[in-house]
Amino acid sequence: MTQPLVLNYLRAKKQFPHVWCPGCGHGVVMGSLIRAIDKLALSKDDVVMVSGIGCSSRMTAYVDFNTLHTLHGRPIAYATGLKLARPELPVIVITGDGDATAIGGNHFIHAARRNIDLTIILMNNNIYGMTGGQVSPTTPYGGRGSTAKSGNPEHPFDISQLAIAAGASFVARTTAYHVPAMDRLIQQAFENKGFSLVEIFSQCPTYEGKWNKRGDAATMLKYYKDNAIPVTSKSKYSEEELKDKFLIGILHHTPKAEFTAEYQKIIEKYQIKEQMTQLSQQKGKNEPEASSKESESPVSED
Amino acid sequence: MSPKQAAKSQKAQFQKTEIRLSGSGGQGLILAGLILAEAAAIYEGKNAVQTQSYGPEARGGASKSEVIISNTEILYPKTTRLDYLLALNQESCDKYAHDLKEDGLLLADSDAVEHVPPIKVISLPLVRTARDKVGRIMTTNIVSLGALVGLSQVISVASLEKAVLSRVPKGTEELNLSALKYGLELAEEGKKYLEE
Amino acid sequence: MPEKTVLMQGNEACSEGAIAAGCRFFAGYPITPSTEIAESMSEKLPRVGGKFIQMEDEIASISAIIGASVGGLKSMTATSGPGFSLMQEGIGYACMAEIPIVIANVMRGGPSTGLPTKTAQGDVMQARWGTHGDHFLIVLAPESVKETFYLTIKSFNLSEKYRVPVILLLDEAIGHMREKVVIPDYGDILTEDRLVPIVPPQWYKPYEITTDFVTPMAPFGSGYRYNITGLTHDEMGFPTNKESEIISKMNKLRDKIMRSTTDIVDYESLYTDDANTLVITFGSASRSAKEAVQYLRNHRRKVGFFRPITVWPFPEKQLRQIIKKVDQVYVVEMNQGQLIDEVRKVECYHKKIFGINRYDGEMITPNQIIAKIREAK
Repeated sequence: MTQPLVLNYLRAKKQFPHVWCPGCGHGVVMGSLIRAIDKLALSKDDVVMVSGIGCSSRMTAYVDFNTLHTLHGRPIAYATGLKLARPELPVIVITGDGDATAIGGNHFIHAARRNIDLTIILMNNNIYGMTGGQVSPTTPYGGRGSTAKSGNPEHPFDISQLAIAAGASFVARTTAYHVPAMDRLIQQAFENKGFSLVEIFSQCPTYEGKWNKRGDAATMLKYYKDNAIPVTSKSKYSEEELKDKFLIGILHHTPKAEFTAEYQKIIEKYQIKEQMTQLSQQKGKNEPEASSKESESPVSED
Repeated sequence: MSPKQAAKSQKAQFQKTEIRLSGSGGQGLILAGLILAEAAAIYEGKNAVQTQSYGPEARGGASKSEVIISNTEILYPKTTRLDYLLALNQESCDKYAHDLKEDGLLLADSDAVEHVPPIKVISLPLVRTARDKVGRIMTTNIVSLGALVGLSQVISVASLEKAVLSRVPKGTEELNLSALKYGLELAEEGKKYLEE
Repeated sequence: MPEKTVLMQGNEACSEGAIAAGCRFFAGYPITPSTEIAESMSEKLPRVGGKFIQMEDEIASISAIIGASVGGLKSMTATSGPGFSLMQEGIGYACMAEIPIVIANVMRGGPSTGLPTKTAQGDVMQARWGTHGDHFLIVLAPESVKETFYLTIKSFNLSEKYRVPVILLLDEAIGHMREKVVIPDYGDILTEDRLVPIVPPQWYKPYEITTDFVTPMAPFGSGYRYNITGLTHDEMGFPTNKESEIISKMNKLRDKIMRSTTDIVDYESLYTDDANTLVITFGSASRSAKEAVQYLRNHRRKVGFFRPITVWPFPEKQLRQIIKKVDQVYVVEMNQGQLIDEVRKVECYHKKIFGINRYDGEMITPNQIIAKIREAK
């Protein structure tokens, strides 16, 4: 038997064992992501992976790409700079619900608004795992965590809807249970030129499961299985039936002008203008008395 | 720098010229200051520093732009005692006239500034000339510059002309040169008025 | 581009110097009195094939320039007090991950929103100690528009050479004043680029402890796949909790700067040979201080002048040589007294050290300095 595909993409030796708890969904997401990258035949030398802080963001240490483990909440902002500097490189952002929608919420919506070509893999476990089980912006109303022991008095974000409203051109949702769909959706997210979000419900049995009495990892996965409705068959259900369920699949796909490509056009525009100026200056040198001030931009009064 | 050189440069500093252009925000005084400084620094080879008021006061009634012109290095960049003050409205005149040196000159708009202090003053119809003779009130700043340079001779008219041409928006060159000419004419009138 | 003489603002000179130094990426957020830097970069960068982006805030701005620098571009941002405060975590990241970036901080009155359109020098300690944890970085403070141009170039050169964030400490007075600058032909400007690895990728250690403590830096996408993190890391760039690795990383960050102070540190001194009184100042305040010192010299007062151009690392050794010969010291700064403590560290309290301060948003004047020095007979 040949060795598993993922081993070609993992950093051996020092980086393992990983920090993820037994039963955590994040490893499943990593496997899926690797398969998608392999399917698309992206070069490991080209792939850039940027992550923030949190359990999911630890992924950057394990995979053999150009990996940038940044500050809490900031991976999308780092990735924005990197992508604009090197538009030819595929840039993936690994983040979580707290990283992307609490501390990094502003970067999340603005990157979506710009429609910059980033592939965002957002693992949503409805809790802060790394720091020990505090409630997050996606913890349901009434849900429990170490900072809301008697139930969360706040209301959660729907991250996918937030991204759509902010202007993302591709938004998909899946879960750690729906692995083949996840492989496919991540691939499709890569193929969309623009801000592409894959929101993945990924179970945290250690904290979220324990605080909310959701049972072990298998039970939590079964919950995903039983409550996910493919968006394509949404019409088969009544509103009442959909009430406590969630939609999976491609929730939104509307290609539009991508930021780095648009910026390239600005560069070209300026460079043509520059060449014209140089030409007219050269001409000016041959004709005495001609003004050589054309390159200076006019200054408006006050 | 040796102490001797320092002494020399100290002496020269007393020969520096300090100018403040003041009026309402939107009268183009920042651009006027910039043109004056550029004429001195680039076309006349002198040293010049231009500063201006920012923030809310820049939008109010006594907006100012300052230029120091000197043959030697200018260290402290703000004005202390003015050689020339241009005041295009009463508020600026009231606020800044006391910053003039004893023999400093106040150049005031004769229509907008009704009350002038008992100092050396020349009142000229700067705004009116821009509006009626040049035909564009927007050129008040250039008319004023012409008048100020004509009176002060702080830089040559040729340098001023070059700086104006390099800084005004494209297509307004003729208009601004005509404004400059009217300003210089006003200065001639003003000189007579001063002699009287 | 041939040499040209221009009248420009300090802020414009900063962006002009950045382009001359090879800066090809700018991310920023509008804030008075630094906005002109962003405005002019938005025009200059695309002309030379560089990139400009207006981010959603200052945190995003510093994050984006770190990302772009990892991609291989010389990168900078510009801001003022409140924005500079927001950038501190990113500055710490760039220190830890050894990413070259340049931050221009055009100081205004603080704390908080303070005096947006007025000048101050109140961020001089923040520039050194703003981010948490032990760290070493470089801070340069120009006194004129012309020096802003050259120190911006130097900021990039030092940043690239030492893989360290460099802060260019301007203030509203210099940022907004217009002065004459001779911009040399770009071909005549000495620029420094970061070292890139020459070893094959499998041998590359991105944070190797080298003899000068600076490690070559491979841009992402160049075949050297490695990890960058703000966690304390080993020579391979992976997080570590091992004491020996933590200590050698921390020492690397210190020694790459502190063992190269002869190369990094720059200062200006005047009339110090026979001086019994020394005036120490930096940035725009030194214009007034210099004028005051020249005046006092003309009035037979033996006053000397000392100005750190690199505020950090502070020119300790150089100042110690001068300060030991004088009887009294005046530290002129537009704040309530910050750099004066650094002077006290150099000269252990037995000399008379006085502050001459102004913090009402206006520039300190030569007269204020002269009066204070004359007071002490």
